[in-house]
Amino acid sequence: MTSSRLPAPFGFRLDRGRTVSFEFNNRRMTGYAGDTLASALLANGVQLVGRSFKLHRPRGFYSCGVEDPSGLVDVGTGATRTPNQRATMIELAEGLRAASVNCWPTVEFDLGSVTGMLSALLPAGFYYKTFKWPNWHLFEPMIRRMAGLGRAAGVADPDRYEEVAAVADVLVVGGGIAGLSAAVSAAQSGAHTLLLAGGAFLGGALSWRTDADIDALVAAARLAGVRILTRTMAFGVYDHGLVCARESLPPGSTRTAALQGDGANGGGRGVLRERLWKIRARHIVAAAGAFERPMLFPDNDRPGVMLAGAADKYAQAFGVACGRHVVIAANSDSAYGVAESLRGAGMNIVALVDRRARADIGVDGTSFRTLDRAGITKVDGSASVRGCTVVSVGAAGRPETFYCDAILSAGGYAPAVHLHSQAGGKLRWLEDAAMFVPDGHAPGLVSVGACAGIFDREAAAEHAAQVGRALANELVPPVATPQGAGRSLASTRLPGVTGKQFVDLQNDVAVDDVGLAARENYRSVEHLKRYTTTGMGTDQGKTSNVNALVLMGDFTGRQPAEVGTTKFRPPFAPVTLGLMAGRRVGALYRPLKSLPAERWHQAHGALFEQFGSWYRPAAYPLKGETLAVAAQREARAVRASVGVLDGSPLGKLEVFGPDAAEFLDLMYVGTMSTLRIGQARYGVLLNENGIVVDDGIVARMSEAQYWINTTSAGVERTTAAFEEWLQCEYTNLRVVVTPVTSRWGNVTVAGPKAWHWLSAIGFEAAFGPVSMKHMTLRTGALEGVPLRVLRASFSGELGYEVNLPADHVHWLLERLWARAPEFAAVPYGIEALEILRTEKGYIHIGTDTDGTTLPGDIGFARALDKKKANFVGRRSLLRPAACDPERLQLVALASGSATTPLPVGAQIAAGSPPARSQGYVTSSYMSPSLGTPVALGLLARGAERLGERVRVHHLGTTLEAVVVKAPFIDPAGEHLDGERLDG
Amino acid sequence: MMRIPCICCGPRDENEFVCGGTSHIQRPALDADDEAWGGYLFFRDNPKGVHLERWRHVQGCGRWFNLARSTVTHEVLTVYAMTEPPPTELPP
Amino acid sequence: MKYSAWSLLRGALSGHRHWDPAWADVTRRSSYDVIIIGGGGHGLAAAYYLAKNHGVTNVAVLERGWIGGGNTGRNTTIVRSNYLFPESARLYDFSLKLYEGLSRELNFNIMLSQRALVMLAHSRHDLDSMSRWANAMRMNGIAAELVTAAEVGAMAPALDLSPNARLPVLGGFVQRRAGTARHDAVAWGYARAASALGVHIIQNCEVRGFIVESGKVAGVDTSLGPIRADRVGIAAAGHSSVLAKLAGFRLPVTSYALQAMVSEPIKPILDTVVLSPGTGAYVSQSDKGEIVMGAMLDLFPSYAQRGSFAVKQAIIASVLALFPSFSRLQLLRQWAGIVDVVHDSSPIIGPTPVPGLYINCGWGTGGFKAIPVGGWTLAHVLATGKSHALAEPFQLQRFIDGRLIDEAAASGIAH
Repeated sequence: MTSSRLPAPFGFRLDRGRTVSFEFNNRRMTGYAGDTLASALLANGVQLVGRSFKLHRPRGFYSCGVEDPSGLVDVGTGATRTPNQRATMIELAEGLRAASVNCWPTVEFDLGSVTGMLSALLPAGFYYKTFKWPNWHLFEPMIRRMAGLGRAAGVADPDRYEEVAAVADVLVVGGGIAGLSAAVSAAQSGAHTLLLAGGAFLGGALSWRTDADIDALVAAARLAGVRILTRTMAFGVYDHGLVCARESLPPGSTRTAALQGDGANGGGRGVLRERLWKIRARHIVAAAGAFERPMLFPDNDRPGVMLAGAADKYAQAFGVACGRHVVIAANSDSAYGVAESLRGAGMNIVALVDRRARADIGVDGTSFRTLDRAGITKVDGSASVRGCTVVSVGAAGRPETFYCDAILSAGGYAPAVHLHSQAGGKLRWLEDAAMFVPDGHAPGLVSVGACAGIFDREAAAEHAAQVGRALANELVPPVATPQGAGRSLASTRLPGVTGKQFVDLQNDVAVDDVGLAARENYRSVEHLKRYTTTGMGTDQGKTSNVNALVLMGDFTGRQPAEVGTTKFRPPFAPVTLGLMAGRRVGALYRPLKSLPAERWHQAHGALFEQFGSWYRPAAYPLKGETLAVAAQREARAVRASVGVLDGSPLGKLEVFGPDAAEFLDLMYVGTMSTLRIGQARYGVLLNENGIVVDDGIVARMSEAQYWINTTSAGVERTTAAFEEWLQCEYTNLRVVVTPVTSRWGNVTVAGPKAWHWLSAIGFEAAFGPVSMKHMTLRTGALEGVPLRVLRASFSGELGYEVNLPADHVHWLLERLWARAPEFAAVPYGIEALEILRTEKGYIHIGTDTDGTTLPGDIGFARALDKKKANFVGRRSLLRPAACDPERLQLVALASGSATTPLPVGAQIAAGSPPARSQGYVTSSYMSPSLGTPVALGLLARGAERLGERVRVHHLGTTLEAVVVKAPFIDPAGEHLDGERLDG
Repeated sequence: MMRIPCICCGPRDENEFVCGGTSHIQRPALDADDEAWGGYLFFRDNPKGVHLERWRHVQGCGRWFNLARSTVTHEVLTVYAMTEPPPTELPP
Repeated sequence: MKYSAWSLLRGALSGHRHWDPAWADVTRRSSYDVIIIGGGGHGLAAAYYLAKNHGVTNVAVLERGWIGGGNTGRNTTIVRSNYLFPESARLYDFSLKLYEGLSRELNFNIMLSQRALVMLAHSRHDLDSMSRWANAMRMNGIAAELVTAAEVGAMAPALDLSPNARLPVLGGFVQRRAGTARHDAVAWGYARAASALGVHIIQNCEVRGFIVESGKVAGVDTSLGPIRADRVGIAAAGHSSVLAKLAGFRLPVTSYALQAMVSEPIKPILDTVVLSPGTGAYVSQSDKGEIVMGAMLDLFPSYAQRGSFAVKQAIIASVLALFPSFSRLQLLRQWAGIVDVVHDSSPIIGPTPVPGLYINCGWGTGGFKAIPVGGWTLAHVLATGKSHALAEPFQLQRFIDGRLIDEAAASGIAH
């Protein structure tokens, strides 16, 4: 193919001294530094870039920017494969590899184009009318394979994204003449000003040529201290003046490496690819410019049909001619400037076909052929434009055929009112210029320049400067007066033409589809969008929304303002998912909490698992042991001799104050005010609905100080609940609640030899089981390290919970471990703990209870009437539901099999499913000490059914079980004091 | 993402806070009937408009305070202490 | 006029000019037998079933905007019936069964795709919870299977299946009959079928008050004037409290934003629906190729249909924790509904304190899957004055008695 490169001075953004090679569909090509992928492909004569979504019609570049509906490619391979990139936005870099999407086997010969031939059968919404018999499943796989554009990478993203916050007095979105003017005057008036430009160059619509005014403004901005970010696209305005923007980091050596990276691990550590800016501004100035509106004529989607302004940009900035013989279809004075400009670049303007009447055309005397009240009725060529036929409405109406290889479309402008609308601003329709413009200011946001309807550069600069100055001085800025766009018709199509006139090029929505939607009563602009899918492609309708709603107005006798626009929502243009997640990936996604002595556990062979938000040992398997076998060994060892468990995640609170006792009586089901100093009691916490939400031991350290344990999963919730009651309801109580879970570590030593072991490493005799009773707390020290020792037992054996400063847990474990062999001591993990507590019939909140369990269900509602305090949840226990005799109650279950534990979650019912469930198995383990399975469950009327045989159902099998009395081990509690210390 | 004016720390991003729902709900006494208790637990005005609600600055000072905020525009109208009564004058 | 491949062929030959409006343009009457407030899925379904099941056709559906423009048009299109308690299981499975025959019944392809739902277990505790869940479903006569990590990986290979993933996949459970349906089609399908039976569908009509005479409902005041009826049904989701206030009572409802979003369309990479109760995230791929995502609520009351940016980030972070290879895809569209959340995540379907006024609300984050049964049971109580058996457990009274049906875990959203 012939190159369509223009000589210098055209292509002022290029560095013709630096050739860049790249691949497109596996063909090697070259361009220059400064090219985009689109300009380089056009320069190489590549017009056919992809295929449309539904009909697989050939597609080429339609524009020069983010609004392009057609020029989509997949970039990169392997882990850095990035689908659906806009070639118009990709800065060419060495080694770039890009491929067409939505075509197979090649874009030139695409089997999917068969659907294009069936287009008459495939109007908008055709799938709602058929595919019902036999059912959708027969057709869906084929439809799904044909759907979608690019292909995802399939492996994890090696690149990184970060998030930055910024504040400003004035935030200007857009670096064109209006944006720069506003920023300069705001900064010169003393405002801390930040300006975001979406592209790499400042100047906006004027950045495609050198422009002295722009250069001067940029210099003034820098001098005035405006902070300027380029390649930073603002994509959303959110609550309270938050603007979010995506900064694309410029191509450089690291980025090039990433683009090449398709080797192992995607090329290594990856690069910082994009940055998310979260900006809070007192005032936002939208200077986002305007998009060009396309003309509607048959086959206006062929490669070679392009927006007029885009063709000019390609010529000026990239030195690329989009064609040699150009026909321009026009509905706007801007077409004439483009025509002159392209003529100056050596292109032949075959004809300018203006849809408007002479009276509406604001340009006189051209050096090329112009027709008025005329339009295109036919386009020749399929994969490229080869000519067109034009009809003039006024004259005899005889068609005229032109040879051309490019058709430019200049339908007028559509101001980019997205940010204004997102901020809650209203719109109004301008009859003359046929465009929506902001109707006044939006809350916190002012529009300037083309996005406010000002297309005259002097007027835009002047108004913007006034706005900048006003905002900096906290005055109300003037509203823009739209001007300079000339007159354009709302509707650009010729009456009576046949053939497909495309409105949305990506989703193949044509004028007839809009007519169909109107006929079938999908007349709301929102129904139009959803029914025809216009505007739902990756371009989000930037070049199609206005045409679509104008058409709907035509078909239903409504003005564009009556039809209205669909709701503008962020993002303004699609944004990388990884950018939104930022650093919250991998280990930083809801980071797990680690034990203070994690290294000790790692060194001793711990098998770590996630328990809630903690990463802690499930067991310490010896060589060759599975988790289950290790847990059995550990649990047996605890009952036989002694074990040590790192209980540091256990929730810990200090509750202090003259009213602490009264407060705790209001929080707990039981009574804590009667605790003597040094005494501890198990407590259950409810929510106001009466549901059991947490449990733990409460110990009294002094008259006014309590030491509270909660579950490790519930501590944050319980602490928050205590604070809420104190700050919001019981505001007169003098209580301070201090969470100390991470300050105090917990080393739990349990087993008959527990005291022997602690004594051997130096614990004072005062902690011994003779002097210190079960369920008491005593403070002390070991080698100067402060201790709070609680004699309590979740295992049923002699148990010591040694609380000490968290950074000393490692030290204490080492001390203990040095004397471990003498006592046959083992470290034990959560799995063994669960076995031990199940053997004793102790519950685990959230396992043996759920969001419906009341204290009475777990045997905890006795003697409540003796307590005076109106504790949390108490009133709920008096409701009818709480007294329902069929409630599920905690039971202990013996398995019918001596060797097979009951499956957790298995349902208890008289008959096989389907049947009314009477409950389910909640905890179940093999007991190493008993040699038989032990289990807990919830069973309707469980308390009355002791001794009953029940049937347990699990995934199609049925097992037997018996309701027995808990605990399974040591019912008299004789193990609690441990083995007597000799001597 | 809103800016919530913490009564202690000043305006901070919304994700530093937890919303506790409607303000000024009195906890009934133990002898309240089932209707009153259910009303307290569950029934709410849920206004489309100005809402008096409780917020807590969990990733900060930990204080609970009251806000008058529009549930339609998310505009924050005023902030006042947990123990203060509802403001008497508010825009509609 | 019947929809079929034949009619499409006819259309192809005639420029598709022969199609009738999907729902008729009507001249509004001054009174009807029944008024339904809310032109979303539930309201339109109720109108259809009033006509179809009960022969009550003098019905108006009043919609303040465009039909299906509320939560029906804003959800992530998931349908399932994997609920824990028998009352809920019966309700939602009845709905799923209606969905299974709906395209034929309505003569409108709602694109029901029963591509299965897999719920992920990220810990052994999760595995135990899922065992209870799957067994409870089987007790209720609804098929469910527990699957291994390898089986999950075969169903959804795009998941992060590595053993040291932040969210390791240890297994899961599957409801094979679950999947997705095209949400707009459900609304339009019911609207068309109801209209064909004589129901009037009136858009751009906002109810501003109730006409109450002798303590009973007698009609509504609207932006288009008063319309009388002695039976009125509310199916207005997040706006239920607004209407209740106009009628003089309160609901146990708080309205929140629930966000959802889609990526740009890509070639097929995910053929099943994945839900992670541990994170609250749910992900599927639409027939157009877009990755559809949702997760937790914005946890402050809102009618803004907007959603907080910080929550958007949290939702996407949850999705990428499950599917790290989606990181380079681009977010295309994002929106939020107004969901009517009640404490136990179970609906309210039945009479209100105002005689003649009935309500269907409280579906919270899970209303789309229940459109058929919500419509069916609201129609029943409007037609007969008595609650349908399926709806009996779901009355306002349960908030007084404490007989909540707490499906918070089953609804899959971390409230």
